Amino acid sequence: MSRLSLDTTTAAEKTAAALYQSVQLRMAVTPTSVCPVEIASAYAKLCHSQSCGKCVPCRIGLGQLGELLDEVKTGHGSEATLDLIERTARSIKNSADCAIGYQAAAEVLRDVIAFRPDFENHLEKGYCLAPHQGIPCVRECPAHVDIPGYIALIGAHRNDEAVQLIRQDNPFPTACAFVCEHPCENQCRRNIVDKSINIRGLKTYAVDNAAIDILPMPKAAPTGKKIGVIGGGPSGLTAAFYLQLMGHSVTVYEKRHHLGGMLRYGIPSYRLDRHDLQRDIDSILTTGVQVHMDYDIASVADFQKLQADNDALYIAIGAHSDKKLRIPNEDAQGVLSAVELLRGIGDHKMPDFSGKKVVVVGGGNVAMDVARSSVRLGAEKVTVAYRRRQEDMTALPDEVQGAIAEGCVIAELMAPIKVEVDDQDQATALWVQPQIVGPYDRKGRPAPRDAAVDPVRLEADIVIVPIGQNVDSDMFEAAGLPRKWQNLAASNATDFPDNAGIFSGGDCVTGPATVIKAIAAGKVAAANMDSYLGFNHHIHADIDIPDPQLNDPVPCGRMALKERPAAARRQDFENMALPTSDEEAAQEAARCLRCDHFGYAAFRGGRETQW
Amino acid sequence: MVKLTIDETVMEVPTGTTILEAARSHGINIPTLCYYKNLNDIGACRVCLVELKDKDKLVTACNTNVAEDMVVYTNTPAVREARQTNVELILSQHRVACTSCVRGGNCSLQTLSNQLGAKEPAYQEEWADNQWDMTFPLIRDNSKCIKCMRCIQVCDHIQSLHVWDVLYPGTQSTIGVHENKAICDSNCSLCGQCITHCPVGALSERDDVGRMKKALADPNVTTVVQIAPAIRTAWGEAFGLTPQEATVQRLATILRHIGFDIVFDTTFSADLTIMEESSEFLKFMQHKQPDDLPMFTSCCPGWVRFAKSEYPELLDQLSTSKSPQQMFGAVTKTWYADKIGLTPKQIFSVSIMPCVAKKAEAELPSMTRDDGTPDVDLVLTTREITRMIKSEYLDPKNFAESRLDDPLGIGSGAGVIFGSTGGVMEAALRSAYYFVNGENADADTFKAVRGENGCREVTTQLGGKDVKAIVVNGLANTRQLIENLKAGKVHCDFVEVMACPGGCVGGGGQPIHDGEEMAARRAPTLYRLDHNDQLRFSHDNPSIKMVYQEYLGDPLSDTAEHLLHTHHVASER
Repeated sequence: MSRLSLDTTTAAEKTAAALYQSVQLRMAVTPTSVCPVEIASAYAKLCHSQSCGKCVPCRIGLGQLGELLDEVKTGHGSEATLDLIERTARSIKNSADCAIGYQAAAEVLRDVIAFRPDFENHLEKGYCLAPHQGIPCVRECPAHVDIPGYIALIGAHRNDEAVQLIRQDNPFPTACAFVCEHPCENQCRRNIVDKSINIRGLKTYAVDNAAIDILPMPKAAPTGKKIGVIGGGPSGLTAAFYLQLMGHSVTVYEKRHHLGGMLRYGIPSYRLDRHDLQRDIDSILTTGVQVHMDYDIASVADFQKLQADNDALYIAIGAHSDKKLRIPNEDAQGVLSAVELLRGIGDHKMPDFSGKKVVVVGGGNVAMDVARSSVRLGAEKVTVAYRRRQEDMTALPDEVQGAIAEGCVIAELMAPIKVEVDDQDQATALWVQPQIVGPYDRKGRPAPRDAAVDPVRLEADIVIVPIGQNVDSDMFEAAGLPRKWQNLAASNATDFPDNAGIFSGGDCVTGPATVIKAIAAGKVAAANMDSYLGFNHHIHADIDIPDPQLNDPVPCGRMALKERPAAARRQDFENMALPTSDEEAAQEAARCLRCDHFGYAAFRGGRETQW
Repeated sequence: MVKLTIDETVMEVPTGTTILEAARSHGINIPTLCYYKNLNDIGACRVCLVELKDKDKLVTACNTNVAEDMVVYTNTPAVREARQTNVELILSQHRVACTSCVRGGNCSLQTLSNQLGAKEPAYQEEWADNQWDMTFPLIRDNSKCIKCMRCIQVCDHIQSLHVWDVLYPGTQSTIGVHENKAICDSNCSLCGQCITHCPVGALSERDDVGRMKKALADPNVTTVVQIAPAIRTAWGEAFGLTPQEATVQRLATILRHIGFDIVFDTTFSADLTIMEESSEFLKFMQHKQPDDLPMFTSCCPGWVRFAKSEYPELLDQLSTSKSPQQMFGAVTKTWYADKIGLTPKQIFSVSIMPCVAKKAEAELPSMTRDDGTPDVDLVLTTREITRMIKSEYLDPKNFAESRLDDPLGIGSGAGVIFGSTGGVMEAALRSAYYFVNGENADADTFKAVRGENGCREVTTQLGGKDVKAIVVNGLANTRQLIENLKAGKVHCDFVEVMACPGGCVGGGGQPIHDGEEMAARRAPTLYRLDHNDQLRFSHDNPSIKMVYQEYLGDPLSDTAEHLLHTHHVASER
């Protein structure tokens, strides 16, 4: 017999590994409606199955934990059961020999503590507080767009109606087709089978192939009510669109020279073509929304006049002012604000970066926008300095990969310490302190700290600082509106407890967030403003949805979105997306599992045809 | 139109037809369990499975629409296996107690498993338990619940009360009262529609047959029974009688045979209700401004419970006239008791009702006499009286008809149609017309209020004034109407509400025919009886004339107010 032999994987081991992988996939899309007690119990049992059987806390304790949790789940047991669960989990966490045991208990313990009210509800009242399951993608979309509906319409080659159905809940179908962060895809049930539907990709296909931008939507009779909307960005225009359809007379006051807000002044045109943005804006304006451009509400008196002239106001001014890094020489020449740079580009003011070395500080989507714009402005070298690891970046992975493909260099684990200037006060470099990654912070990301090495000099003619934006809300506070930090403190219903008739939403309430969240706020505001004015108008697109295709759910690859080659697209600000073919779109639409028809939605939480 | 093939039968059916309907329309039978047409097509039980050509995954026929060139097979090995497995899985969570179950012999699961030839249980049996207040008129037994969700659907969509809910997601899914409240603390109207839509014995009325038998066996009490109008449309169904055979006169003979001492007709007190309610309405109209809220009828206890929990602010708009059941009880234990020389305690007053809420109504403190005895001692549903007759081994066909007893056994056609949506309104308008004009209109003058729609309206002239009456049935329809009235979108003078779709003929205490809405089939019996009756106006009923002459004086007199009227308060449900 040989002294040593090579390990091989048995068929059983391969199958087990595949099963584990499907557990992983399934858990990734766990519906929000899962009972926290049940999931904790199932988790404890799953972990128990991994126990080697040696040490007591894991071998016996995890099983007992599962049983105790089941007791709570069915409403049996008492407060003492909860205490016993906590004690058991804590003991396993502190005493199990290896991570299989102690990590399992740590997670259960966290669940028990976080969901204590829910656990108590099981015991005291005998039912679960978890919401009922709905349609995963619709529920995840902040604006609750009827996603299975429009995918089915795309599958039936009814692109005009698909776009119209989106417009029932979101008047920016085109803009969102290109720039939405698509939270809808995260919990797509297709993830259980293979990979989520490329929902944004299908939407792009629909807007690219729709023959008509906007079909007529039902419009209510004029109500005689006047509404002012401050800010012509996605949130303000959304509210304006729906309120106008509800029969109110809406005027939008926009500070800048063009409509679109951050869609124009924050997102560069290679990601969202100005013509595409204009299609949405024009469609919104066809409803009869009045617009005043270059109209600044600068003083409390201005605001009060607007209040007096209107029956209700919607404030959607976004978050457009810079945050500072607070490092030496931040005001030097060559140090640019990301907001200003992108705003200039939005107004077609293109600075020349030819031959310049650019350093961008940060790891969010705006940092990527700025870095990639710098490439297009002719920069010789673009470096993105980020104090955490690349994988910790908040920018979408596609954005980061896009930037790298276009030649940007990612300098990860580099924290800025000062801008170096020459005697003309012109930036010459950014000094950064190398970091090492450390334990996780409270938000669950590994926190960086200074490495015991010398600072590094990153040569830079231009330093761009996109580390966040603030809300320009001082005037509104002076006018009597409550704030939380710099943000306006409107409720989830977009109103203020003590300021009847004034509503607010979007970035100016949430701080910088996504387009679709701003749109959702506009939709919520429209509904609640309509009610405030004493009406109950409903928005509905009245489109019949095709029956589900009865395909067997065999695994099938997810459609990829194609872009122009990096070498070509980095030369200009033209749209970088390439169209999707009919063939690809048809296959992708057919992958949709139609959770509006199958599953719980057939019973409850299904399609809503109006709001 | 769509062309498809089911089991070799090529057919053409309208677009949007389900596979199930397409198959049924061509005589191809696909078994179902949770499915209920127009109410529950959610594919929960997975019994109506069919196979599609070239597809592995089976689909549910109940909620899959036909498509062009579809090829469907209803009995393939895969279908048989999955259907059998699913029924066995359902049985593993169903306490099989058919011999003692009220639904034994009328249970869709029993029929299905018998037909499929379900054998010894393949799976470990595990029944849900639930704690239940067994004194409540509506009983839920979760050990029999098959989670078809129909009770949730009917309560959500038809009645808009959301009493039932799925209490847990996941492995322990259970149906119970929303937020697991005690049923008596919920807003249940006791309409009983969840019972008549339950395919098994998980929901039932509180069985009061035992108490009835005890009273029948008690030599010291005289049992006086009243039979509600709607009973005559349905009691014979369980015995295979036609509506023409299943008369109230035949039922009277049977009840006497069982041992009931005196058999009366609630139709009498329906007439009495009309006397009071239409007088009340005319009085109401003297002061009503066009924008004021209307007067509402109050004879349906499901509706009154609904008003108390959902719209307590509207209770003053409800007629104070007691329901026919309660007027009957009140007259029986006063005027009639005197007449036959009995004390109220010597009378055991029973009603046979198509309704579960009537059980609660009879138990209201305000429906109780000063001596603590109720005006109506016991309420039996149509189903309970059917069970009693069966347990006596009686074949109704062998019993001749006999007259009901005098004087409370006499009712008019106007009283008979109380059992159908629109009937109360029509009867009230017939008498109101007479009170205003001093002469009868043709009895069919107000027949525009008849029909099956959820909400109907009719405008008529009373005393030179337009009177707009609305008739609504089903509590979701009622909620909608009330919201419109409150918002000022609808104006009217008089509203008749019946909680059950179709009115009492479709009541929650009526015989159950799974999957069939019976109201529209039963109502014609009432209208036929009214049409053939010599007596079609409540005020012409000689017994009514007698009771006013001998005892009550005039409608709305002090005696009448004391005996026949009530005050609706939200706290008393």
